Amino acid sequence: MSFAQLLDDLPLRKSATVRRFESLLAPKTAADFELLAQQARAVTRRYFGRTMRLFAPLYLSNECINNCRYCGFSRDNPILRVTLDVEQVVLEARHLAGQGFRQVLLVAGEHPKFVGRGYLADCVRALAPEFPSISIEVAPMETAEYAEIVNAGAEGLVVYQETYNRATYAEMHTSGPKRDFNWRLDAPERGYAAGFRRIGVGALFGLSPWQDEAVALAAHVEYLLRRCWQAQITVSVPRLRPAAGEFQPQFSISDAELAQLICALRVTFPQIGIVLSTRERASLRDVLISLGVTSMSAGSHTEPGGYTHQGADDLHLTVGGRAIAAETRTREGATATAQFEISDERTVAEVTDSLRRRGFEPVWKDWDQALAKS
Amino acid sequence: MSDKPSKLKIADREFSSRLLVGTGKFSSNEAMRDALIASGTEIVTVALRRADLSGKHDPFANILDFIDPERFLVLPNTSGARNATEAVRLARLAATAGLPKWVKLEIHPDPHYLLPDPVETLAAAEILVKEGFVVLPYINADPVLAKRLQDVGTATVMPLGSPIGSNRGIETRAQIEIIIEQATVPVVVDAGLGAPSQAAEAMEMGADAVLVNTAIAIAPDPARMAHAFRKAVEAGREAREIGLGEKSWNASATSPLTAFFSET
Repeated sequence: MSFAQLLDDLPLRKSATVRRFESLLAPKTAADFELLAQQARAVTRRYFGRTMRLFAPLYLSNECINNCRYCGFSRDNPILRVTLDVEQVVLEARHLAGQGFRQVLLVAGEHPKFVGRGYLADCVRALAPEFPSISIEVAPMETAEYAEIVNAGAEGLVVYQETYNRATYAEMHTSGPKRDFNWRLDAPERGYAAGFRRIGVGALFGLSPWQDEAVALAAHVEYLLRRCWQAQITVSVPRLRPAAGEFQPQFSISDAELAQLICALRVTFPQIGIVLSTRERASLRDVLISLGVTSMSAGSHTEPGGYTHQGADDLHLTVGGRAIAAETRTREGATATAQFEISDERTVAEVTDSLRRRGFEPVWKDWDQALAKS
Repeated sequence: MSDKPSKLKIADREFSSRLLVGTGKFSSNEAMRDALIASGTEIVTVALRRADLSGKHDPFANILDFIDPERFLVLPNTSGARNATEAVRLARLAATAGLPKWVKLEIHPDPHYLLPDPVETLAAAEILVKEGFVVLPYINADPVLAKRLQDVGTATVMPLGSPIGSNRGIETRAQIEIIIEQATVPVVVDAGLGAPSQAAEAMEMGADAVLVNTAIAIAPDPARMAHAFRKAVEAGREAREIGLGEKSWNASATSPLTAFFSET
């Protein structure tokens, strides 16, 4: 059975694991919440120890042909856009390497003209000698296309479904290829077939009731653990952040609910990775790291060229998906528009200091290209 | 009472300590270093994927700088490898990088339970032994696999007590007993030992050594826990060498079936 079928049957038929997970999401007394948190912490320690893996996102391009109501990169948003060339990507990456990062996540909008498979493979190939671990978060691809990226040296694939609710998905993705719900839903399995070693899934919280999203996400994780058994499955639970387009979320998930969700994921799936980005503010991140998070970003920028101002000369404003005339392009010192505002603005050193103070060893390298070579 | 406990011999080297220690999951490299010293271990295993093998001394992947090679035998492990090809490649890379030509062969294609793949492990062991590596394979507690590995020339066998990091102790007891009974190489019980008593149990069963990581690394005081494991391993070994009394199922105050014979 495909996950699409399983998802459609989910309201009627849930596995014992998913039912147990759902029960952990129910409102809890303070004492029960504390108990859950302690359990989550103990399980995380047992499987992952007192360590925290660190990674940085590296945005390659904010060109996009999709319109997604919540996303700053939406085609119709009048923003400054750029696609870094491979040399610029390497310069951005070297900056990250200088800060300690050995694991990068390459992120790009969906635009076949600017972000083609050859381009992505070239970027990965250029970074592989310097980065033991490279992941991608780009538009879903065919298995053969993914295989080219794997062969170039990438080992991780991140594809968030955004929302597992078909109606909400249709409402949020108003135009572009991203409207194809099932194509996106099956992307992790295609990536696995292509040879990715780490598969990241997630939902964007704020688009529909959080408990429903969480249950579907858990069902997806359970499904992937059975089928993609040789991949490390990781999960992310990003909450919507302010972005260009000024989308107002209809649904919310409080800090405590987010913490409960992370604990529930950890207790239900002791060995999966849980990823926490700089979308969340510093004080909250410092608490969440003890409850189940195993991997986090730090010092992030969500615009291409954000670390070293690469591509600043190539910025162009687009209106309705079209670049406008060069002479009105950009002012001095402008940067590409970010996908969303980050919330934890601490430097990398501040984040690692905080980790150490809380008894965590920051782990930069936890992979070797020698393992990835096919 | 004999003068000294016997030494552990693996390949052509002798070790006084029968406790091997892993280096993952510690809260800092300094905490790891202190725990290694307190454990009295002489063999320390390191995941190659966490180390810098390029020879550039990467300060952000410097776990090896915290393990004194004069004091400890660094035992590189192939954790992360999914098949024989990857494990062999990693082992060769480590040897090229100047690490000892010893390898803890770990091949676990399932990254969630980290259970070892018997087919790939045997294939990799065969290749690495031929290339002159001292091979210590991590295996499920499968007596036939243990024999097959001995036959291809591995230096030990390392059956798991329970899954890595589970702290569940020796759940595979019956199988490990067979492995110990049949072994021609040292048997090192690896994985799942969550308490010193479980390490002592393995030694009392006749294991030649144990490997502990999680229970030490995540303890509130890793160095003290390492020391506790050291004492447990020593106690368990000593008891084994002395010989434990047979367990009895009943109290033995009277012998109703045979009392007649002693009355005459």
